[in-house]
Amino acid sequence: MSLMEKYPKEVKQILAKYPPEFKRSAVMPLLYLAQRGEGYVTKSAMTEIARALDITETEVASIIGFYTLYHDKKEGRYRMQVCADLPCALRGADKFLAELCGNLGIRVGETTPDGTVTLESVACLAACDKAPMFQIQSPDGIEYHENMTIDRTMELVEALKRSGQEGR
Amino acid sequence: MAHILLRHRDIPNLNVFEVYKKNGGFEAFKNAVKTMKPEDVINAVKNSGLRGRGGAGFPTGMKWSFMDNKSWPHYVVANADESEPGTFKDREIMEQNPFQFLEGVALGSYAVGAHAAYIYLRGEFWQVAAFLDERIAEMEKAGLLGDKLFGTEYSLRIHTHLGAGAYICGEETALLESIEGKRGQPRVRPPFPPAVGLFGKPTVINNVETFANVPMILANGADWYKSIGTADSAGVKIFSLSGRVKKPGNYELPFGKTFRDLIYGEGGGILEDRPIKAIMPAGASSSFIVADDKALDTVLDYASVRTLGADLGSASVIVIDDTVSVEWVVNKTLHFFKHESCGKCTPCREGTYWMLNVIKRIEHNRQAEDVSMLYDVAKQMQGKCLCALGEFATMAVTTGIERFPADFGR
Amino acid sequence: MADVTLTIDNKQVTVPAGTLVVDAAKRAGLDVPVFCYHPKLEPAGMCRMCLVEIGRPMLDRATGKPVLDEAGEAKIQFMPKLETACTNPVSEGMVVKTQLTSEKARAGQKGTVEFLLTSHPLDCPVCDKGGECALQDLTMAHGPGQSRFLFDEKQRLAKQLPLGELIWLDRERCIQCARCIRFQDDIAGESVLGFEERGRMMQIVSMSEPGFDSIFSGNTTDICPVGALTTSDFRFGARPWELNAAPSICAQCPVGCNLTFNTRREAKADGQIVIKRVMPRQNEQVNEIWMCDKGRFAYHYVESEKRLTRPLMRRDGKLAKVSWKAALDLAAEKLSEHKKNSVTLVSGRLSNEDLYNLNIFAGKTEAILYTDMGGGDLTSLVGVSDGTNIGDMGKGDAILVIASDLYNEAPIWWLRIKAAAERGATLIVAGGRAAKLDRFATFTIRYAYGDEIKTIEDLGGKSKIAEAFRKAENALIFYGSDGLGLAGSTSLAAACANLLKETNHIGRRNNGLVGVWPRVNDQGAWEMGFRPTADLAEALKGKAVYIVGADPAGDDPALAKALKSAKFVVVQDISMTATAELADVILPAQPHTERAGTFTSGERRVQRFYPVVPAFGESRPDFSITAQLARQMGIILEGSSLPIVFDFIAHSLPAFDGLNYDRLAEVTEQWPMVGRGDMYYGGTTYENKDGLGAHLSSAAQRGETFKLPAAKNVKPLRPKEGELLAVPVTQLYDLGNTVASAELLAQRIGAAAISLHPETAGKLGAADGETVKISWNGSQSEVRVRTDEGLAAGVALVPRSFGIALREPMTLTVKPAKKVK
Ligand SMILES: Cc1cc2nc3c(=O)[nH]c(=O)nc-3n(C[C@H](O)[C@H](O)[C@H](O)COP(=O)(O)O)c2cc1C
Ligand code: SF4
Ligand code: FES
Repeated sequence: MSLMEKYPKEVKQILAKYPPEFKRSAVMPLLYLAQRGEGYVTKSAMTEIARALDITETEVASIIGFYTLYHDKKEGRYRMQVCADLPCALRGADKFLAELCGNLGIRVGETTPDGTVTLESVACLAACDKAPMFQIQSPDGIEYHENMTIDRTMELVEALKRSGQEGR
Repeated sequence: MAHILLRHRDIPNLNVFEVYKKNGGFEAFKNAVKTMKPEDVINAVKNSGLRGRGGAGFPTGMKWSFMDNKSWPHYVVANADESEPGTFKDREIMEQNPFQFLEGVALGSYAVGAHAAYIYLRGEFWQVAAFLDERIAEMEKAGLLGDKLFGTEYSLRIHTHLGAGAYICGEETALLESIEGKRGQPRVRPPFPPAVGLFGKPTVINNVETFANVPMILANGADWYKSIGTADSAGVKIFSLSGRVKKPGNYELPFGKTFRDLIYGEGGGILEDRPIKAIMPAGASSSFIVADDKALDTVLDYASVRTLGADLGSASVIVIDDTVSVEWVVNKTLHFFKHESCGKCTPCREGTYWMLNVIKRIEHNRQAEDVSMLYDVAKQMQGKCLCALGEFATMAVTTGIERFPADFGR
Repeated sequence: MADVTLTIDNKQVTVPAGTLVVDAAKRAGLDVPVFCYHPKLEPAGMCRMCLVEIGRPMLDRATGKPVLDEAGEAKIQFMPKLETACTNPVSEGMVVKTQLTSEKARAGQKGTVEFLLTSHPLDCPVCDKGGECALQDLTMAHGPGQSRFLFDEKQRLAKQLPLGELIWLDRERCIQCARCIRFQDDIAGESVLGFEERGRMMQIVSMSEPGFDSIFSGNTTDICPVGALTTSDFRFGARPWELNAAPSICAQCPVGCNLTFNTRREAKADGQIVIKRVMPRQNEQVNEIWMCDKGRFAYHYVESEKRLTRPLMRRDGKLAKVSWKAALDLAAEKLSEHKKNSVTLVSGRLSNEDLYNLNIFAGKTEAILYTDMGGGDLTSLVGVSDGTNIGDMGKGDAILVIASDLYNEAPIWWLRIKAAAERGATLIVAGGRAAKLDRFATFTIRYAYGDEIKTIEDLGGKSKIAEAFRKAENALIFYGSDGLGLAGSTSLAAACANLLKETNHIGRRNNGLVGVWPRVNDQGAWEMGFRPTADLAEALKGKAVYIVGADPAGDDPALAKALKSAKFVVVQDISMTATAELADVILPAQPHTERAGTFTSGERRVQRFYPVVPAFGESRPDFSITAQLARQMGIILEGSSLPIVFDFIAHSLPAFDGLNYDRLAEVTEQWPMVGRGDMYYGGTTYENKDGLGAHLSSAAQRGETFKLPAAKNVKPLRPKEGELLAVPVTQLYDLGNTVASAELLAQRIGAAAISLHPETAGKLGAADGETVKISWNGSQSEVRVRTDEGLAAGVALVPRSFGIALREPMTLTVKPAKKVK
């Protein structure tokens, strides 16, 4: 089903934000909309967005390619994006990330075998006083988890796995 | 002293519409629209001495007065990209004191004759954006935003726009490109946004914290605001304190306190009471300050910090103690800048890649030749990049090697 | 605009306000190196190669007057940082120090080169661009002798990546200057290239179907400052320094783009000189520095296997090789024998000189131009005048395009008219279907096919559009034959001519009528006196025919039939065609690449072309063959000197008065300067050293009195229930003789297909891509169906030169084809 059919209200709201002659502005919010469900932008969604905004697929792809929160490939349903940037690292983020790798049995950039979690190391998330922290990007949005411990993180992973199985 | 920006710390539930309203909220905006000319609002901000809180410290009222009045419509953009490592103040304002910020945006819009304002939030602030959308809806419902406000001809709408993971979009022209649905790459300047900005029209761009000051200035008067802080820097500033301190967090202080007040007073001192070694006053983009007594006793305002060979910037103070090697810090910043360089201009695109390669080699096997090369490459980038990101990427490198030679085996 | 005086490297320079420092330097003969800047593109300021020191007079805050030093000179304040010469416009009193006088600028530029090289491979020895590479040249001139970057830390990327089947990308060589992307976005208006990723990972991508879906793609390989973009046609073909260059004119459409053919001798061609590539040659009034992909890639017909190399004669029903003498003797004998009953049929592929000789040769006998488009007599009267340049048009001017899909029919006009519209010209696009130009139009008019005349008549009326056209300071009309045959286009031309006259848009530069002809020199053929005929089959039947450069039998079975019943057929052409197959005598001619001559463009600009490669076999130039044939028949024509033939033309036709070969070869300085030692600036486009050509004068310009015919109102054809209105249209890439042999373009040409609105197709039970049987005028054919939302219901577009002989609008029925098992 097309985006416009699936989310007519949202699409309308998004387009209303920008002057009609600059509807290209809607490309970023529409890409977030396209990531709902699968967690990445499918080729057909790209085409649809391009048509709706009078731009080319190349232009849409080039936006996806520039911004790190858009994805054009299917990976884990939950992207666990750990901040390992300077301020967090000064408060133990590197160690936290390493231990997390051990617990999950994967390296940074990899996905758990069941497809639940992809582990990523990202730039500063503006939560420097609450390290260690990470955000979870899922098809439904982004959620912060701050002042984390390994135990609490693993509990969360278990919960995600369970909800993923129920959802299936 | 009561908070001016982090007022929610004094008034519980300030992010609830009724609470904000009960505490004098929206009066400044209503009063301005009904009784003041736009120029008067600009003049009040000018006279208050308010300077931009996003990093460059440019006088806000002056920026507003630059708007090209021959070209319409005008736009206002709030920069809520907050991606500088070590900065986390705008998020607290938007989550805890959102209406003061929104009222500031509304006042700014009225001052420059804009009927639409956009708040550009980094993509990670997904929940913050949703929260703001609800607050905006509340304001619309209460007749504080929308058409013909307070029975005048003035109309205003505020929209949020989410970025999607790109530090460069904090740079104001890259930000505009991003709202226009393009890759966030900076534009050639001039023309500057007040002449040609969003959708090709005159645009004012200010940081969230800058806007949050405005309702208070209008409510209490420019002289009141000017009386706070120092002669160079009026008013208050939120310091995002992070790194090796006991109590990291945001602290609102009037300009004029010292690094010692901030780090040892508010921040509770260094973790495990170790000796302090270095300060990065403006996040990963900072020059290193050698944290000696002179530095610690330096007054926190734009001019004084400059005497230490650094910029106060957005006042994201990262504290480094003696357990940390400056070389390691530089390595971290280079990972960041290499990842965030937009790629548009040669020195930054190639220089960040090159420097990262060199610092990684230094990490494994430090050789004097590589340290000099790292320094040279940084110097070669300086003054040649299209936007300030490229410049930022070199600051820790050159000042790190110059001011902490021992950490590089020099 | 007012002029500004500044100092660059101690040299005083005066340039128009708004000029960029880099261009001001160029005009003063000082070269500031650039990579991302291109004089035809908006500055991007991204490569940071053009760093210079810029100082401006210090102004007194209070008075706004310059502050003076002790010597009474204005004090100059230099910026602490180097600035980019490509983004800074000049200002009065500015002082610029380039690398020639500033150590700081020199160091800055050197640094930029070093940065660029950190990511660039060192494969110059195998790179197509080697020898004409901006990076190579500027590294030699401004770079460091040695790089400090450790080579094996270089990022590895894809090296042979097809962006489509025409253009290849080497991602390691790309220096991210975005010239190609910016060309596609801003000049071609087809944003099919973009960057993916960011920072050092930034790479060019194309996501279109087919890849790099633009008809201007080849231009990006010219302006790419490195060997990142190369054409399938030329890559690994030769080294630039081995190539010779011969100036020419593109023969694919009426625009008349100026070209350069690059050639070299090749062992695999037995030491012959062969064409290696086609490059644009600058003519700011015609094609600027661009050309379309058809011109760039379809030239292979001149070397096709079907080329005729020797005269042939029919013996015992078969064509046999004979000597020129035998062939000419027989042709002359037979044509003389049927003198009263003979026809000369020519096409717009021929040069002016060929056509002049042919017209005299025909004398009082019928001289027919093989075309389905009329109105060339009117373009001679009210066509554009001397000095016309679409590139000068903008605000206050108007351009009307009617019944022409310029994108497919004359790509470079499309490009230039789009640019004029972007500069503010009022662009009116009137057509029976949606066209690519609509996007840039101020007004679009969508009429029902058949209502073309009415549309023009309405523009003489009171509407807003009519007003805009009338009030325009200058106005051009481009009319074509989209959906029209000879009768319709003839009427349309008359209607347009009358409108131009009524609105006083004739006889001055940038005013008048332009025909979007199917062939390069149709306008020249009209000037020489050739006229099309309404019933060609009838005209050929039972005659002795001399056909030069035309293939009627290949286009239309009815014409083949007519030819079969002709008394005697002489065909003179460059390759074997269906028509030649029917000939009694075949005379091998030379394409324009093997000889000299002139063409007259649709804008009535006469331009010279020059020999590029030696002649194939025994082929001869058309004007000579005709002269030889004529001599045998007692008519004396000049058959060896083209300048002399041209002088004859100039003396007999007022439009050509005052023109001669020398005049056509004149060149005046053009801006931007390209193609000299500074390929980094304008790209590999060739400088024009061999002539910008000259406009013919129109009768209106000469002040002659003439009467314009009224437009005949052809009654629009309205099909009945169950029928469709079939109209002929032109596709850029078709199966015409000059395109079909370009193997590279096969995928873009595709199969013959009629286009229908999806609803129309739906009603017929035909889906996109399906094969159907069509019948019209007693003929039948099987073709594919293509659906197109931009069409009106009940209309079927039939592409020309795809084997479906539809020369006029007609009714047509469609039935599903029998399923083949
Ligand atoms: C690379 C780069 C990143 C920046 N990031 C931010 C940011 O995240 N938030 C912000 O307010 N300003 C940021 N700025 C500064 C803005 O460009 C701009 O100066 C500021 O938004 C102006 O607002 P102000 O005058 O209120 O400070 C950044 C600048 C650069 C060069
Ligand atoms: S300095 Fe960096 S971020 Fe700024 S334009 Fe250049 S490449 Fe982009
Ligand atoms: S920055 Fe001036 S030429 Fe590229």
